[in-house]
Amino acid sequence: MIYNIPFIAVVTMIFIGLFAVLFKRNLVKIVIGISIIESGVNLFLITLGYREGGVAPIFTSAPADVVKNAPGSMVLPVPQALTLTSIVIGVAVLALMLSLIMHIYRQYGTLDVRKIRRLRE
Amino acid sequence: MSVRNIIALIMFTILAVFFVFTALMIHPFGDPKVSKMDDYIIMNTQNETGTNSGVTTIVFDYRGFDTLGEATILFAAVSGVLMIFRRVKK
Amino acid sequence: MSEMSKIVRTLSNVIFPFIMIFGLYIIAHGHLTPGGGFQGGAVAASGCAMLVVAYGSTWVFEKIKASRLSAFESIGALGFIGVAFFGLIFGGWFFNNFLVRSGIIFNNVPATGYTGADFNTAGVLPLMNFAVGVKVIAGLFVIVLIMAYASSVKEWKQ
Repeated sequence: MIYNIPFIAVVTMIFIGLFAVLFKRNLVKIVIGISIIESGVNLFLITLGYREGGVAPIFTSAPADVVKNAPGSMVLPVPQALTLTSIVIGVAVLALMLSLIMHIYRQYGTLDVRKIRRLRE
Repeated sequence: MSVRNIIALIMFTILAVFFVFTALMIHPFGDPKVSKMDDYIIMNTQNETGTNSGVTTIVFDYRGFDTLGEATILFAAVSGVLMIFRRVKK
Repeated sequence: MSEMSKIVRTLSNVIFPFIMIFGLYIIAHGHLTPGGGFQGGAVAASGCAMLVVAYGSTWVFEKIKASRLSAFESIGALGFIGVAFFGLIFGGWFFNNFLVRSGIIFNNVPATGYTGADFNTAGVLPLMNFAVGVKVIAGLFVIVLIMAYASSVKEWKQ
């Protein structure tokens, strides 16, 4: 059970972010919680593809015994490529969320989630 | 503590139990059981594409269509930000 | 935002070329070392954001119009799709790597297991790296500049 600690760390990060989204009242703190959830998911994607005692899957200036038994001593490269795409998507969503928060603050004058309910009346 | 907060806390703990139980049942860290596609890519990268790097050829050559979608998302985000602040410029 | 003091402006003038050279090095050597278009573009865009902080967003916004930066980003996106369409014309399928064993520009093939670094390898990948790098630099610079300028204007037109 001591050998699955990176996956426990991923679950802890997702729950810290989920706590910030559910129980906080300021809009900026909710956006920070969403960003923490995205970081936790990126960490999960990278730790899925680790091999014991492996090096990065790059052949430039690799030592000779790594090249000789080639697929057994290198880390899996496909989850790292998927993580790159996920990071860029996180940046795009964060930029749009912050622009909408600036617009809401100009209109209402406050950032409290309980007071921004004018769509109902 | 209102009623809504207590219900949220109960759902939170149930979800936490499920997540921790799942995290202990995934394959042990450092020993992926199935890796045929990655072994093929590592062995045949220098022959087919002429690249020394394994990650860059996956992003741009074996799975280049996903990079096209990602470039579209970046373009849509920049144009969305410019459209929200359209009335500010003098 | 107003500008910062003279010491900050002078130091950011000195450091800015080094950051840009580092970012362009990461973009250009994407097929030999870890890195590539997206990572190098993020490094260079953070160097440009340092200029926005040091000189004040009002002055930078009047010097560089946002429409010119949008055209710069569109050039990067069109370059990426154009290289993919050249693969369709010269080969048989979309995203074909038509420069690997051809003889024009990036055509060597490294020997299997050779642990050296040859810049002349890897077909169509360096062109795609440059296109994506230009796109990411322009896109992130526009986002930072517009959000810094819009938060300093007192009255928005209605």
